Amino acid sequence: MAESYAAEHEASHPALQHHFENMEQQREAGTLGMWVFLVTEIMFFGGMFLAYTLYRSKYPEAFAVASNHLDIKLGAVNTAVLILSSLTMAMAVFSTQLGRLKAQIIYLILTIILGLVFLGIKAVEYHEKYVDHLIPGTLIPGNPFNPHLELPAGVSMRHVEMFYWIYFAMTGMHAVHMIIGIGLLSVLLYFSAKGRYSPEYHSPIEVSGLYWHFVDIVWIFLFPLLYLLGRHLGGHAG
Amino acid sequence: MSEHIVSRNVYLLIFLALMVGTTITVLAAFQDFPGPLNVIVAMTIAVVKATLVVLYFMHVRYSARLIWVIVASALFWMGILFALTFSDYWTRGWL
Repeated sequence: MAESYAAEHEASHPALQHHFENMEQQREAGTLGMWVFLVTEIMFFGGMFLAYTLYRSKYPEAFAVASNHLDIKLGAVNTAVLILSSLTMAMAVFSTQLGRLKAQIIYLILTIILGLVFLGIKAVEYHEKYVDHLIPGTLIPGNPFNPHLELPAGVSMRHVEMFYWIYFAMTGMHAVHMIIGIGLLSVLLYFSAKGRYSPEYHSPIEVSGLYWHFVDIVWIFLFPLLYLLGRHLGGHAG
Repeated sequence: MSEHIVSRNVYLLIFLALMVGTTITVLAAFQDFPGPLNVIVAMTIAVVKATLVVLYFMHVRYSARLIWVIVASALFWMGILFALTFSDYWTRGWL
């Protein structure tokens, strides 16, 4: 009995690990594991969303003033870029499921390019904040937080600075996740070009896609919370 | 393979919905709604967009029940994180 099972196992897909019954069980276990990891990621970002909610409810005017100094056009373009990259990622999974190797490689490359575009635009924004002395604390030697902002009565510059701590912590951690995601996709692209992924075996592309979409979701919340919160108060854009 | 393959048209439709949602959220942000309505509108659109991504791009709609439980557990623990923290901060002035 054990021998025939071993023989049957050996005859199956070369990517099947010995502790799984079949490819489907292996794929479902991988997806489940990725989701458990994403729960820890949700809790990780959840702490920062909590800090944001708390300080915004304490200092609403300061947060609105600070937020209105972000570049809404760059933020909106980056949102579109990231949503488009989620589409190309989904299409990479789709192509693999149908065994279309060439399309799979093209969509992976497109996703990587869109990820890099996002980071490029983010870098432009960070540079603008540097020029405007909006980087909090004394992180940059010789360029402390000292923006030339006109503050309404009763609004403290310290609380404006608090917004920028949270802005850089959240967008910075998000950018780190983007960099990791681009790294993952590059590895996928390498093996993809070698023809490793097929309709029977595409778990690595599937779970990396889950991670990529998760990072997109974080941005879907960051964009309105960071860029749009004070616009209705007649704020001056960027 | 019993795996459900989401069709290309569904992906395109979700993509369009996400882009429309982004446009609406930007336009709505410049309207001065009464009270806390601005943040409610912004968060509602964000939650709808995130739900579309989770259900279709991340295939949860077609996934095993166990995946649903895992996703729900994340929301549950987030609820605890926010509820306990704000039950403290909101009630400090009561004493």
